[in-house]
Amino acid sequence: MDLSIVSILMLDGITNGAVYALLGLATVLVFSVTRVIFIPQGEFVAYGALTLAIFRTGQVPGTVWLLLIMAVLAAAMDVRLSWLHTGNVKRAIKAGLTTLAVPLVVSGLAIWAAPNDLPLLVQAALTVAIVTAFGPLVYRLAYQSLADASSLVLLIVSVGVHFAMTGLGLLFFGAEGFRNPSFWDERMDLAGLSITGQAVIIVMVSLALIVLLWQFFSRTLYGKALQATAVNRLGARLMGISTHGAGQTTFAMAALIGALSGLLIGPTTTVFYDSGFLIGLKGFVAAVMGGLHSYPLAAVGALFVGLVEAFGSFWASAFKEVIVFTLVLPILLWRSVAGGHSEEH
Amino acid sequence: MTLPPPIQRWVHSARAQRITLLACMLLYAVSPVPEFWITQLNYIAMYSLVILGLVLLTGIGGLTSFGQAAFVGIGAYTTAYLSVNLGWSPWLTVFAGLFITAISALVVGWITLRMSGHYLPLATIAWGLSLYYLMGNLDGLGKYDGILGVPPILLFGWDISQGRSFFVLAWGLVLCGAFALLNLLDSRTGRAIRAMRASTLMAEAMGVDTLRHKVGIFLIAALFASVSGWLFAHFQHTVNPSPFSLKFGIEYLFMAVLGGAGFVWGAISGAVMTKLLEDELQVLLPKLLGTSGSYEVIVFGIVLVLVLKYLPDGVWSLVGRCLPKPQRTDDWHNAAPLPERTKPAHGDTVLEVKAIRKQFGGLTAVNDITFSIQAGQIVGLIGPNGAGKSTTFNLITGVLGLTTGEVDFCGHKVSGLPSREIARRGVSRTFQHVKMIPELTVLENVALGAQLRGHKGALSSMLRLDRHEEQSLMREAARQLERIGMGHAMHELAGNLAMGPQRLLEIARALCSDPALLLLDEPAAGLRHKEKQALIAVLRQLRSEGMSILLVEHDMDLVMDVTDHIVVMEFGTLLMEGTPQEVQQSPKVRAAYLGVEH
Repeated sequence: MDLSIVSILMLDGITNGAVYALLGLATVLVFSVTRVIFIPQGEFVAYGALTLAIFRTGQVPGTVWLLLIMAVLAAAMDVRLSWLHTGNVKRAIKAGLTTLAVPLVVSGLAIWAAPNDLPLLVQAALTVAIVTAFGPLVYRLAYQSLADASSLVLLIVSVGVHFAMTGLGLLFFGAEGFRNPSFWDERMDLAGLSITGQAVIIVMVSLALIVLLWQFFSRTLYGKALQATAVNRLGARLMGISTHGAGQTTFAMAALIGALSGLLIGPTTTVFYDSGFLIGLKGFVAAVMGGLHSYPLAAVGALFVGLVEAFGSFWASAFKEVIVFTLVLPILLWRSVAGGHSEEH
Repeated sequence: MTLPPPIQRWVHSARAQRITLLACMLLYAVSPVPEFWITQLNYIAMYSLVILGLVLLTGIGGLTSFGQAAFVGIGAYTTAYLSVNLGWSPWLTVFAGLFITAISALVVGWITLRMSGHYLPLATIAWGLSLYYLMGNLDGLGKYDGILGVPPILLFGWDISQGRSFFVLAWGLVLCGAFALLNLLDSRTGRAIRAMRASTLMAEAMGVDTLRHKVGIFLIAALFASVSGWLFAHFQHTVNPSPFSLKFGIEYLFMAVLGGAGFVWGAISGAVMTKLLEDELQVLLPKLLGTSGSYEVIVFGIVLVLVLKYLPDGVWSLVGRCLPKPQRTDDWHNAAPLPERTKPAHGDTVLEVKAIRKQFGGLTAVNDITFSIQAGQIVGLIGPNGAGKSTTFNLITGVLGLTTGEVDFCGHKVSGLPSREIARRGVSRTFQHVKMIPELTVLENVALGAQLRGHKGALSSMLRLDRHEEQSLMREAARQLERIGMGHAMHELAGNLAMGPQRLLEIARALCSDPALLLLDEPAAGLRHKEKQALIAVLRQLRSEGMSILLVEHDMDLVMDVTDHIVVMEFGTLLMEGTPQEVQQSPKVRAAYLGVEH
């Protein structure tokens, strides 16, 4: 192994690590606000990449129909809940329409845009909008009424959601895999290293998102409100922060991050309906490294996972996944020795 | 026609039910049911074995694992490899599989279970995935093709790994496993596991090593799965990685949750329902949707969420409601009494607190507090809210570590020991917020206090070798309940008690450990007048029997009424100590409680 191979592997590791970092951050974000261990994070990645791929073929992606079905269900639940609470029909209908509004607009745009062969970037933007709209609906349908359950129950719910979303992915995208075109076909030579434009985009977008998230939580009132929900749900509610609202926003952000990750990795690998799971779990390993609560540690962990994976695939490509996932054990050992204390539930 | 009482009793006993179940199983095997239904039930038996482990781990222990399929895989691959490549007998390979499973479960459990509960499932996800890829990529294990030609299990030359004989083998194992599990749940170890789920703090205070029990139930669950894998390999005559993937690990959990993870029979009914549902869906869904694929996962996912939402205890909770609840029969009257420790003589120093200090960052919660308790004394620890009483309490019982200072109990240093060790030496406590196991009876909750006076472990409980000791524990629990006047409520569910009896239950539980010192944390909080009077009577009676008590309490009437000596704290420091009269007359104490006149 010479220096050029090392640098190629490093580059590969950093590019993948950047995507894992995004997913790791989303995992930490969702866990800290809602206590949900969000196993299906990776499904948003696959939905993102595949939705764009179907747009490229000029068809309406199946996710649009799924989005509409879920929106109708969620709206029906909101109408019922609002009617039970207030007994006011007008208010109930309004609550339902509020839930329906965004998914309807997004779906309408998507159905109109699909056959028109719009530029790649517009299709990408639409994809992000569609997948992001899933976030709050998933929270509404699966988690909201169980929001105060134990984190064990929420974890099992996550597994159920993962099952359902993977199966629906198969139903709406089929078993075929897709590889998206690159957003930037440029190739640069830097000190003998060939860097693809897509790699540059991946690293830049990841960095930008990380900075944005950091600013959001430290500078904006809403970011602080979300943090408050994470610390104490009841206290936050007493301060006038809607915990359901916080949950839905958090899931929207997680879905947004998932969709962007899907767009970023779409051109680098062939994505199948179930590819998201493994990618998401690698982000997860990174998040575990940060104890599911530290953003910077999760980001560092993600780079580490990316590098281990890159070097692992060079030395023992068949055992790449084995190495990455076995890594969890030493990481957990390190965490338990470093700060291991049992918590009272 | 009525049967004579001994036969009636036998008919209602657990043993009769178990023999009936075994007989039904054998009858089914020899009855002319179609071969298809034998095969279906063979699969269900193998699933059931795995889920029995999940009942213990998830339903009772409150932990969970998505890696059970991986343990099934270890059992299956071990027997396949050893019997195909090395020609070992399946009767040996099952133990080899159990051994390898045990080691992996101990490693995973020991690493993850020191941290909070959600790390175990996460670790089992990652670990299950890596094991799957390992099986699929190792040349020695035949990569994704697996190992073919696994030999049958022979019993005196008779192939018992197919059809009806396998049915008897597999269901025999399931029923034995279920009985062992039911025995375990109704034992000293079972109570410890339930206590650990209810509250780690309480379990530790009762002398339960919670980490050991967590690792233990994870281990038992893994071993059940490993046996299922052994059956699977010989039934299929081949192994490959796909039945041991994470998807199946999740499916096992689905079966347990659907049936009811808290019930042994619920778990088995979950396996039945899942298998039948899966078969229907695999035919129906592709027809309905017009394409082939494993769409049943969509239904499984949605059903899982719905069950957790609307039927969190599973389908069996509906059935269980209709079944008669067996009441514990009073079989402990002639049991041997438990040995008692030698108590300190009247007037000896029981507890000596020497300049203890606790700092949380820059805040000094307890500042060099010194006091002592003599045998036969009731000492009150009082002070306004935030004075550091509870922290002092936690320092003495070992829940918190000291910053500086020392606590001696009967002349030996106990500070620095974990709380279960302090409990072992004879310090027993109650909690400010009652901590008990609501789904057990009052008697069983109180028996938990005698945890350290029993010695039988999980294995003897499963084999029912613990009955003599169990009767002695129950006898002691009943005796303590009588002692504090709660004998009438023995068979109530603890969760149904009102606040007053709940606090008395905690005192009985603490007494059950045969303590030399009793620590009561606000025992009168939330009690009504009558209940308070009952509590005072109990405390007086305990003192007359020579018990030493440290009482943290806000109710001044009660404190002044029963204590011999009072320690007053304010802002973490010792304000004064003395007799109740001295404390009542002290202007310093009045100022601390009511403020100073200017």
